[in-house]
Amino acid sequence: MLRIIISRIIQTLMVVFLLVTFTFFAVRAIPGNPFASDKATSPEEQAALEAYYGLDKPLHRQYAKYWKNILVDGDFGDSLAMKGRKVTTLLAESFPVSLKLGLLSLFLGVSIGIPLGIIAALFHNRWQDYLAMVIAMAGICIVAFVLGPIFQLSIAKPLDWLNVAGWQRSSDIILPSITLCFGVAAYLARLTRGGMLDVLSQDYIRSARAKGVPKLQIITRHALRPALVPAITYLGPAFAAIITGSFVVENIFLVPGMGQHFVLGITSKDYNLVLGLVLFYGILMGIANLMSDLALIFMDPKLRNS
Amino acid sequence: MRKEGEKFIPIGLNLSEFIFVTKLNTLLAFASLALASCESRSDIEVANEKNILVIGNSNEPKGLDPHLVSGVLESNIIRALFEGLVVDHPSMDSTSVDGVAIRDQIQHSDDFTEWTFPLNPEAKWSDGHPVTAHDFVFSYQRLLSPDPNWPAKYAEMLYFLKNGEAYHRNKYGQLLCSTDPDFPLEWDRLKNANFDGDDKIVPSKYLGKDYSSLNERERQRFLKYLNDSETPDFEVLNQKNFDYQEASIANQKIFFNSIGLDHLDKEQLVFLRENLKLLDWSEHVSPEIQQLVVDRLISHHELGKPNLWNQAKVGVEAINDHTLKITLRGPTPFLLEITKHYTWYPVPKHVVLKHGEMNTAYSSPWTRLENIVSNGAFKLKTWRTNHLLEVERNPHYWDAKNVKLDGIRYMPINNYYTETRMFGDDQLHLTYTVPSELIPMAKRKYSDQLRQESYVGTRFLRVNTLNEPFNNPKVRRAFALAIDQEAICEKILQGGQKPASGIVPPFGDYVVPGLIHFDPEQAKALLKESGYESTSSFPDIDLLTTNSDSGLREAEALQAMWQKHLGIKVRIQQREWTTYLQKQYDSDYDIVVAGWIGDYLDPTTFLEMWVSGGGNNNTGWSSKVFEDLLRKAEHTADIPTRMGILSEAEKTMMKDTPVLPIYWYTTNYLMRPEVKNWHPLLLNNHPFKFVELQKN
Amino acid sequence: MTTSTQDASNEPLITEKGSSLWSDAYLRLKKNKLAILGGIIVILILTACFVVAPILSWVGYDGNQQDLSNRFAGFGEGGFLGTDQLGRDLLMRVLEGGQISLLVAIIATLLTVTIGVIYGGIAGYVGGRIGNAMMRIVDGLLAMPFLIIVILFREIISGHVDDLARILINDWGFDDNTVLRFANLIPLTFAIAGFGWLSMGRIVRSSAASLSKQEFVEAARSLGLTHHRILFRHILPNMLGPIIIYATLTIPSFILYEATLSYIGLGIEPPNSSWGKLIQEGANYLETNITVLAIPAVLFSLTLFAFNFLGDGLRDALDPKASKD
Repeated sequence: MLRIIISRIIQTLMVVFLLVTFTFFAVRAIPGNPFASDKATSPEEQAALEAYYGLDKPLHRQYAKYWKNILVDGDFGDSLAMKGRKVTTLLAESFPVSLKLGLLSLFLGVSIGIPLGIIAALFHNRWQDYLAMVIAMAGICIVAFVLGPIFQLSIAKPLDWLNVAGWQRSSDIILPSITLCFGVAAYLARLTRGGMLDVLSQDYIRSARAKGVPKLQIITRHALRPALVPAITYLGPAFAAIITGSFVVENIFLVPGMGQHFVLGITSKDYNLVLGLVLFYGILMGIANLMSDLALIFMDPKLRNS
Repeated sequence: MRKEGEKFIPIGLNLSEFIFVTKLNTLLAFASLALASCESRSDIEVANEKNILVIGNSNEPKGLDPHLVSGVLESNIIRALFEGLVVDHPSMDSTSVDGVAIRDQIQHSDDFTEWTFPLNPEAKWSDGHPVTAHDFVFSYQRLLSPDPNWPAKYAEMLYFLKNGEAYHRNKYGQLLCSTDPDFPLEWDRLKNANFDGDDKIVPSKYLGKDYSSLNERERQRFLKYLNDSETPDFEVLNQKNFDYQEASIANQKIFFNSIGLDHLDKEQLVFLRENLKLLDWSEHVSPEIQQLVVDRLISHHELGKPNLWNQAKVGVEAINDHTLKITLRGPTPFLLEITKHYTWYPVPKHVVLKHGEMNTAYSSPWTRLENIVSNGAFKLKTWRTNHLLEVERNPHYWDAKNVKLDGIRYMPINNYYTETRMFGDDQLHLTYTVPSELIPMAKRKYSDQLRQESYVGTRFLRVNTLNEPFNNPKVRRAFALAIDQEAICEKILQGGQKPASGIVPPFGDYVVPGLIHFDPEQAKALLKESGYESTSSFPDIDLLTTNSDSGLREAEALQAMWQKHLGIKVRIQQREWTTYLQKQYDSDYDIVVAGWIGDYLDPTTFLEMWVSGGGNNNTGWSSKVFEDLLRKAEHTADIPTRMGILSEAEKTMMKDTPVLPIYWYTTNYLMRPEVKNWHPLLLNNHPFKFVELQKN
Repeated sequence: MTTSTQDASNEPLITEKGSSLWSDAYLRLKKNKLAILGGIIVILILTACFVVAPILSWVGYDGNQQDLSNRFAGFGEGGFLGTDQLGRDLLMRVLEGGQISLLVAIIATLLTVTIGVIYGGIAGYVGGRIGNAMMRIVDGLLAMPFLIIVILFREIISGHVDDLARILINDWGFDDNTVLRFANLIPLTFAIAGFGWLSMGRIVRSSAASLSKQEFVEAARSLGLTHHRILFRHILPNMLGPIIIYATLTIPSFILYEATLSYIGLGIEPPNSSWGKLIQEGANYLETNITVLAIPAVLFSLTLFAFNFLGDGLRDALDPKASKD
């Protein structure tokens, strides 16, 4: 167990290192100027700005400096687009928001998706199956930027206690998390359905049924765990993605989360912010994958021994 | 893979059995939702009770340092936090009330060049320190800092000050010679010597060309500096190890004149001292004076190029703690209008210096939430990135008892559809805008709350006059006349925008020359005259725009209009904001959709940017006649005469059509009825100290 | 080197196995009514976008023709489905938008499958250290935010595509409308495929790895067939099931990616449109003119449903275990 964890951590660190290296050179290859603003920047100013942010140095020096700052000082650098703000500050401000929103949507997604998937599998090719899958997929077949405004107008406006958008009241989390949860729910429903169908055709379930074990017991005791394996494999990376925010949902519901940094960071050529995000995301992804692997080992005795 | 022939039997399970499985999950989900619902009053009801104005403010502010920002949304916040010499009247344009200075005691010389501002001794920073004339002097010195590390975007707002431009642009030739009373030649006669350098003859611009291959116009630029027999050799000039000491006379002349006195280094100056004739000194400058100038420059270099603030005598002076004297470069009857722009606001000297140097830029540590001190009606309370920014009452404000609001909350809502919906759900007092798609609905549903007001701003297209086909004024004009401006305003925008006949919108005493009107017939004729007879031989043209929806809709309409009226197919190029800007600065475009909002109520705010080398010109267009007219206006105190000259200048420009005007902006926004003392203002710079929330 | 007779002796076995698998799968697919319905809808929509629309535009209908005096016309006025915010024929716009969306998704899927199969196949078949290293690269890229990869690809490619388009128009004399229209698609398509092939590579590798341990591959090896031949003649045909399923499910998710990119402003260039762009612009009229949103949105959702159900149905029918991936 411990060996798996340690080797996974080492792997993650290597992956993150390679990613940051790749991103470091790639973002600088994108045409565009991080310092372009609505008033013209003179060549002298441009040079001064580049010198201030160390962008005038040869690439390999910049690269070495970047790692030195991170490893020695824990400093991800200053944001180039949002002057005077550190990348670490931006992450520290926005991540808790996205985490909170992401966890609730994951929770909702799991609560909706897995039951729907199980229903669909149990009633394979009957109307219940079709209905469950239509519901599960509605969320991904209607794009978030249509779903969001529809929710705003049809749910938030009539309800006094629910705001259209913002991040001030505790209730503000509801609509964005519902909008976000559909994607998760749809995938989970699908994976659970597939997993369940597969498990239900296995010999041990059939023999259990032949022995007259109650249906409910078959499902909860025997079928559920292995049927959830694909869902859990998916949940690892999905977890990392969803707790780092979504641009569309944040933009529509005015959520001060991380998602918009991904888009604004790269469209405004904010090298430091993009690198910081890649680094952070890569580490989260590593942790999430590790968690899902551990969960799989816990779920499946066969894996536990190997 | 499953084995063949096996039949799959689904296990039936009825719903009640199934609910058991999911009961726990569902319960938990509902519990968390129920917990969330406690407040049933709307945001506005809560805000009204707290006496806080909640407004949509478009986006996250880039900063709060009045010297470093350049956007409208930042100015909305800065106007609440800081206060200039005078403050806008809440309902009358071009009218001022007391600010830090006492309005009725402001004095000016008859020609409007010298102004004395008595400051209110009660004016205080939010930490209790008095606001003094020294704060103003410090601020203006700071904004004008010539340091290339100082990223002030709006320093040219202080070019109205005497010597302001020379100090900011580090023209030390001028500073060393013109401000010295003992200097034997007055500056007006010396100033035509080549101090600036001539960027039209920079050798690297002629890469790969031979002097003999230049056309007449290009050659004229060089001949200004050369004798008839001399010819420069570009190949030599462009060599990396070009050695001016060993070069031919012609090459030396081009080299020195392309750089200019102010930009020569010490070694070059020493060489020039021995060969004064290499530089274009223009007339009336005797060799003795030439030598004196070069000597001064050399000694300046020897002193390590010290900051020349003390010598520059920029037109701002603290007579005493509470009297500020301002001297201008020329008659400026509208000075008070200009001082309402945030670049003229004071910054707290004691706080700026406590948290860094005068020019500690990029991060402006003094503007952080925990450090910032301001002198306006409000002070900063909360600032969370992409979330909200809130200001609260400043207890030390000199007129605190007349400030009505207890605070303002600025919401960075960049999705304007969401913003309108939030207004409909009682979450905002004021919106930043109403997207044009929603205007019909707003007219119907919020007819009392929808405001559509005149605004000093113009939507136009910049044209790259350096490249084919737009180096031909007839083509530019043809494109301008083929724009059905009215259709854009009335069919697409529906926000009360007016078709623009020129670059300066009509306001005050200014008479618009009105040269551009939709005229497809004349457009066609002009295109024919231009020599591009067959439209298929027309060069590829890209129309650059941002990736905003409104920009796209206009671009698509323009594309269709040119296709219809001129038969020319233009390709739309959507780029995100920074690339869009960069392409303009690099002149890497054909036509670009742009907009300009006036900074102050005077036509020059729309005209100054089209001078040659202006940071926002980007069209490659320039005109000596135009610039001369602007300089003439600068020295004219009589208002009607001055406006006439400016109108003439615009006429000169629009005849050449380096920009294609589309429409004059209006502001469209929604405002709740309880907001009082908020009246239409042309610049939309509403003074927050007067705004009131009516109690029911 | 192998002889052709040896090779031929191998083939009937595979074909036979394949045919029984396919016919059996068809029987199972027939039972899933939703999947059948999905299949019919997919065919209808493909016909509408790629057969009906070109015919209509050949007869003279134009989705880019504006008429500002006839904005938001109702059904039948100025077009079968009315007109949009600039007075353009909504039906034509939706069909032409569909062309673009579907083309982007289908081409990106083909690219994804090609790259994924080659990369994953090699990694799975070679196995060992090299295979592992190849997969670690995939894992690494998967740990990168989707948007960042897509935007990177898009920015890097689009400059070159512009140059290429100009060469095609100016030097080769191609019709500029057609070239620009498709040149427009390329950066977007490659950007989406640049991210999409990663999961495909993973799936292919795992099935290639398990297949290469099976007896018939062992047999082929012992017969001395070349790696190339084993990979492409024996392993690949056996992976066809999962690949088809994955491709069917990839198309709708790529249509969705395209829509998301449109929302961010990184979609297709105007005046051409895609479903994503149409919906994104239409959503702005949610309160005022819902038809410009509803028509593309309904078609879009229907297509996604149809592809997804068809894909799920195929998965059930062909290979239920594939759903584990």
